[in-house]
Parts: sequence; structure tokens; C-alpha cells
Amino acid sequence: MTVSDETLAQAAADGDAAAFSTLVERHYDAVFRLAFRLTGARAEAEDLTQDVCAGLPAKLSGFRGASKFTTWLWRVVVNAAHDRRRRAATRAKYAEGWGDWEVDRRAAEAEVAEAVDWLTQAMRALPEDLRDTLALVLDDMNHAEAGEVLGISGGTVGWRISEAKKHLRAMRAREEDA
Amino acid sequence: MSDDLDDLKAMMRAATPKPDADRKAADLALARKNFADLQEVWDDARQTSDRPKAGLVRGVTDMLTRMNTRGALTATTALVALGMVVVVPDWRNAPALRGAQPVVTEADDSLADAGVRREAPVPEAAEEMVLDVAPAEPAPEAEAPQPVPMPSPQVARPESGLAKQRQIAPQAMQSQALSDAEGYAGGVANTAPVGRIEQPGSDDAMALPEMESEAFPDAVPNALKITSEEPVSTFSIDVDTASYGVVRSSLRAGYLPPREAVRIEEMVNYFPYDYAAPEGNAPFQPTVSVTDTPWNPDTKLVHVAIQGETPPVEDRPPLNLVFLIDTSGSMQAANKLPLLKQSLALMLPQLTERDSVAIITYAGSAGQALAPTPATERETILGALDRLEAGGSTAGQAGLQQAYALAGEMSGDGEVSRVILATDGDFNVGISDPEALKDYIAEQRESGTYLSVMGFGRGNLDDATMQALAQNGNGQAAYIDTLSEAQKVMVDQVTGALYPIADDVKIQVEFNPAAVVEYRLIGYETRALRREDFNNDRVDAGDIGAGHQVTALYEITPVGSPAQMSDPLRYGEAEAVRGDAGELGYFKLRYKAPGEDESRLIEQAIVEGAEAGSEARFAAAIAGFGQLLRGETYLGDWGYAEAIALANGAKGEDPFGYRAEAVQLMRLAESLSR
Repeated sequence: MTVSDETLAQAAADGDAAAFSTLVERHYDAVFRLAFRLTGARAEAEDLTQDVCAGLPAKLSGFRGASKFTTWLWRVVVNAAHDRRRRAATRAKYAEGWGDWEVDRRAAEAEVAEAVDWLTQAMRALPEDLRDTLALVLDDMNHAEAGEVLGISGGTVGWRISEAKKHLRAMRAREEDA
Repeated sequence: MSDDLDDLKAMMRAATPKPDADRKAADLALARKNFADLQEVWDDARQTSDRPKAGLVRGVTDMLTRMNTRGALTATTALVALGMVVVVPDWRNAPALRGAQPVVTEADDSLADAGVRREAPVPEAAEEMVLDVAPAEPAPEAEAPQPVPMPSPQVARPESGLAKQRQIAPQAMQSQALSDAEGYAGGVANTAPVGRIEQPGSDDAMALPEMESEAFPDAVPNALKITSEEPVSTFSIDVDTASYGVVRSSLRAGYLPPREAVRIEEMVNYFPYDYAAPEGNAPFQPTVSVTDTPWNPDTKLVHVAIQGETPPVEDRPPLNLVFLIDTSGSMQAANKLPLLKQSLALMLPQLTERDSVAIITYAGSAGQALAPTPATERETILGALDRLEAGGSTAGQAGLQQAYALAGEMSGDGEVSRVILATDGDFNVGISDPEALKDYIAEQRESGTYLSVMGFGRGNLDDATMQALAQNGNGQAAYIDTLSEAQKVMVDQVTGALYPIADDVKIQVEFNPAAVVEYRLIGYETRALRREDFNNDRVDAGDIGAGHQVTALYEITPVGSPAQMSDPLRYGEAEAVRGDAGELGYFKLRYKAPGEDESRLIEQAIVEGAEAGSEARFAAAIAGFGQLLRGETYLGDWGYAEAIALANGAKGEDPFGYRAEAVQLMRLAESLSR
């Protein structure tokens, strides 16, 4: 028998280090799984997971127990993914004009990305909001839960999923034509 | 469409890599480190020595949240409790006990057919259960067949015994579950004789990785003994009080303390009692009285009270105190180093110009912060204290060696030297060989320098290590969480903690089988001694300081009492018993005067006495409280409400409010355990 996430989170928010440790260990794998769905690449997923772990202690005081702990945690992961993308975009902008060295490096990265299977590639090609939504739903979450994480209604989740599927189908069709 | 999605899910699952183990470990360590750093920041910001100001509303909310999980726990733990009973296969070794359950008539319990209750009362059962919980060393006493300590004494029918387990289990298991979940380390039974002090899991505790962790020694509750089989009970006295501090701080923070953090003798000994003062030359006065057991009308409590003499201050030998202060980064919190400085300032006025004080600090490296200084040079000492700054990690061993060396230099003829280690228990870094450290402390004890340990703060308090160090160093381990606790430990008891009046105090009680069928020592699990060690002066035991008080309680079952748990042997006793039934037993105590090698003996018969005084009743209430917190099964229906009523009626004068505080804690525990 284990103590509930919410109890542990509350204890951790009150300064109980052992409770915090248990909590992080318990959810580490799931955080990594979601990070992978959100980023579509192992290295990025690892970095994102590290960001989440590093920032979690400070964020935990914001956990009010109003939602399930996991819902709250997924929200933290999704937000961390957004932060990373924003930073990556900024870096990309500065990288323009760095010359051939940076261009070569990026090309090499792109090749690695190609090796990843079709789905993760396709997901990376999706618009961000659709990708996040799909990542959550593919993580065995129902529409209502995913909506709670993203702060949107279950209906919107449903709509985004069908949009995402349209995109994926279109992509597949293009590849098959090619 | 949903099929599509399922395909996608399956694909995604296949594509998801396993997290890299090294990365995972690194990330988890990072998270813990950030968490710890954050706690320090908050503690600094708080500027009080109290626990986080949870406030009433928050506290109650916490309680409610925690209680919601209790229903779920109840279901599973009941199953676990049953599971543990069924597991045990071997009952050959306990033929006498097969019928140990009083009346086995009801067959309506579905479990009766499974033979559950027949298998339960086997000694191995006790061990198995314990082993499940923690890597325990079997107690020396466990070699003889004993009844299993599960059913309560009043249990008349096995089925109600099981029902009782179900009731009691959730509480016991709750703390177990919590402590498992929270990853408390340590947890090695220490029923080994204190003789060559096999310390409570101190090895494990010391080898802990450097992270926020609390470790407590685990010990199996003392089992019920059958007088005819094992009439003699031997233990070393214990004047530590750290467990009560930990219990208080847990309850105030809104959760029940981990079961293994509750040491009943330390809770009982926390309180000052109004015991008879010693007369004549004896350094202390034992008083043995027999009273009714609050939780069982059919048994009696034997109350052993020892009062140490308090010599007049001018008569005591000069003290050389070396404060060994942990200034590692984790000591920065307001309830640690600053509290320690305040406590020392409180203590100084108690010392005279013949006493001297020195300060060694240790963090990344050890250093002398104050050369030996007469205790009256208050400004110099306080100035040195003010310059202490926390920083770096903990290298305890180097500090300890330096402190002992300095104490050795300071020590003159007829003077008492003591190293007082003040730490938050984070003794993990810098110890190359914990075993060598303990040996070293024991060696220094022989040379006449004692060691006391004061624990500060929660979070990485390593209770097991503190206990091990203090017991090996002949000192007292106390846990200081508030200034008033510092007042109690450092000032009220300053002479006691600092000036020993008797070394190696051992108690042996022989019960009379003609008067007592069964007995049970409450608490002192970590202090058990072998019977033969009582007369062996080379075997180390606890020490008593000036004015110290020690209380020990036995629950005994008189001959003919319905509370008897074991059946009489069919073929009678092997030997006839001598002595009349008027004496319940015989009490013996051995001690050495400080510095002497030969022990002296004090003895007296135990006879039924007058009505219990408020002191004995209060001690019983605290013993009951401790057993409730440990989830022990001897109490039957007796619960927190009864403990509160008993303690309230026995508060006595209570000039410092310690007893009133205990009643508050009982109330807290009562609501938390619902």
C-alpha cells in the first residue's frame, strides 16, 4: 500500500524531504514518457525531464491540491516544454549568421531526427498546440483530463485531436504520393 | 477513428525509449538537492525555531487530507496483517504453545479452518513478521519459545484476537507504510546486548548517501515472557530523551511519528518525576512499586524508579566541556545553529570559574574556534559563538578526534571532561569507517572523556547514529527543537547531563514463578542485556548523571489471572519453585562509581504495595501513549482517550508544563490516528 500522491505532495510542500523524494521517484518514468511524446526525441526528452526535476521543488509550493497531483504535474511538464521551445526559437534566431559551422551542426541534428520513426517525426511537424494535446492523449489520458492539464475544455481537446489526425493523414498521404 | 488513436498509442508506446538509469539518478539527485536548498531558504526566511507555521486551518486541512487515505490503508493493511500470520510454516518448536490461545471453541470464524490461529503463536512467527518489516537480528530472548505478541492479553477468543489485529493493524501499518514510502533509512533491530554495543543500524545509517533522510533504529517490541521459562530480565538503563522530541515534532507537524522513532523508555524518561531522594552515601535510590495496569484490570504494573542524587553545585568536580559544533551548510537553518548559540548562552551562567569551555567546529574541515577558556569569561565565549558560520559539508570524524584530543589536554586530576556534539545528525560525509569511529568513541570513554549528543532540526536527523554515538560515549542523546527544550536539556539538567554519578548501571529483575506467570518489559528494546552480562563488569551499560531519573515498567500477570496468555504445561514444571508467593520478584541493580572498575550491588524484594501515586500513574500513561504510537497490541480497547484521562489525572505539580504538553500531544495523536 502506498500513500497517495496528494498526501505526499502536501507533506513535501510542508518541507518533508522524504515525501518529496518518494514523489519524484514515483513519477520520474511517466514524466520522461510524456516529455518524449512532447519533444519526439530522446535527448530533448532527457533535457526536458531534467528541467522538470530541477524546477519541481520550487513549483511544488504552488500545488494547492485543487486538482489531482498528476494533472498538476503534467501541466508543469507541458509548460516546461513550452519554455524550452521558446528558448530554442530564440537560439535559432541568434544562430542565423553564425556561419557554416552552425549550419552543419543543425544538418547533423536533422539527420538524427530522421532516424526517429515516422510518428515522432510527424508529431514534430504538427503545430504546437496540436502536438501537446496529442501527446497527452497518447499518454492514456482522456479528453477531460487532457483538457484540465492544458486549461481547455474537453470538447476543444476532441477537436484538436481530430485536427491532429487530419494533419497526420495528410502527411502520410503526401509521403505515399512521393 | 478511435481505432486510429489506439494504433497511434501503440506506435508511440513502442517508440518511447526507457529513461536512462544514470540520467534518472542524476535528475533525482538534482531534484532532492534543489528541494533541500529551498528548505534552507525558507527556514532562513522564517527566523523562528518553530516548525513551519502551518496554522490551525492548514493543520486541520492537512489532517483531513491525510485521513482520507486511511480507509484505503485499512483494507490493505488488514490483508497484510492476515497474510503475515498465514505465511509461517514452522510450528514444531513450540509444542507447548500450540494451545496458547486461551479458549478455542468458536469454530464459526472462517479462518479457524485454515488453521490460522494455531500457527500464529509460534516464535518464528514473530521473527518472520519482523523480518518482513526490517532486516532485524533475532533477539537473544527469542530463542526460547514465546507466545507471539500479537493478541492482546484480554483476548478471550481467537476470533476477537483477529478482529483486534484488524483494528490495530491500520495504525501500526500506517506508520510503516508512511515510513516505507518516505524512504526512511536505517531500521535495523537492536535487541542485541548493549554489552559490545552492537549499535542500531548505525552502519547503514552512517553509510547513507548524502541526501535529506532521517534514520531511526528499529527494534522489535519486547515479547511477553513466561516466568517459569525465563524468570530473569536484564537491561541497561537509558537516560536519553531524543525520541520524545522527535515524536513531538512529528505530531506538531501533523503526522504520526514513524513507529521505529518511538522509544517508550525515552518518552517516559523525558519527564521529571517526584521520586524519593537517595539517603546516605548511595548515589541513587531505587523505588520499586506495584500498581494496577491502566489498560488491563487483570495484570499489574511493576514500576521501577531510580532517582540520582543531586550533589550541591560547589561539591561537584570541575567540568571541562568541549563543544563540538557541526557548522555544515545544513546547520544554517534558524532552528539549528542559531538555536544552538542561544542554548549555549543559556547554559553558561550555570557554570563556575573552575569550569572551562572550548569550542571545536567541523564542516569541510575541523578547526578550533575557542581555546579552553574559563566558563566565567562569558563575553569571550559568546563572541566565539557569534563568529560561527555555517558552510561546507560535514567531516565529523576529524572534528571528533580533535575535540577528544583537546578534552584530553584540558583534563586535570579529579576533573570531568565531556565532549558535547551538536549536530543535525548529518554525519555521513568524511567517515571512512563507521566501525572505527564507534571503537574510537568507546576507547575515549575508557580514558574518562564522555560524549553527549544534541540533535537539532529535522530533515536529515540521523537518530540512529546519534544514539549509537551517545551510547558508545556513555552520554545522553537529546533532541532540541525549541528554545524551551534547550532550556530543559542544557539548563534544568545541566548538572545531570554533564556530571556522571554512576557508570554502567544495569538492572536485573527476577520474577517469582509462584506469583507471576508472565511478564513483559515495556520499552528498553535497544537496551536488552544478556542475563550473564549483569555480573560481568566488563560489559558496558548506561550511565546516570546527577539528578537524573530513570523509570522502567514491567507489565506482569499474577498467577491465576484471566489475562494469562500461555497455558500451563501439561506435565508440570521440571523443578519445584522456591520461595513464597508473597514476593513478586527480586530487584537487583549494579553500578560503578565514576572511575571505578568494580561494580556495586543494590537489591530489594518486589512486593505488592499501596495505591499508585500520581508519578507512577503518569509514567504509565506515557508508556501507554508510546505503545499506542507504536501500534502495539497489548492495550486492547484502551486508547488515546483513556491515556489522556489518566495523564490529566496525574499531572501533579508540573511546574514546567511538560506534562500538560504531553496531554496536548496525546490529543493531537488521537485526532491524527482516526
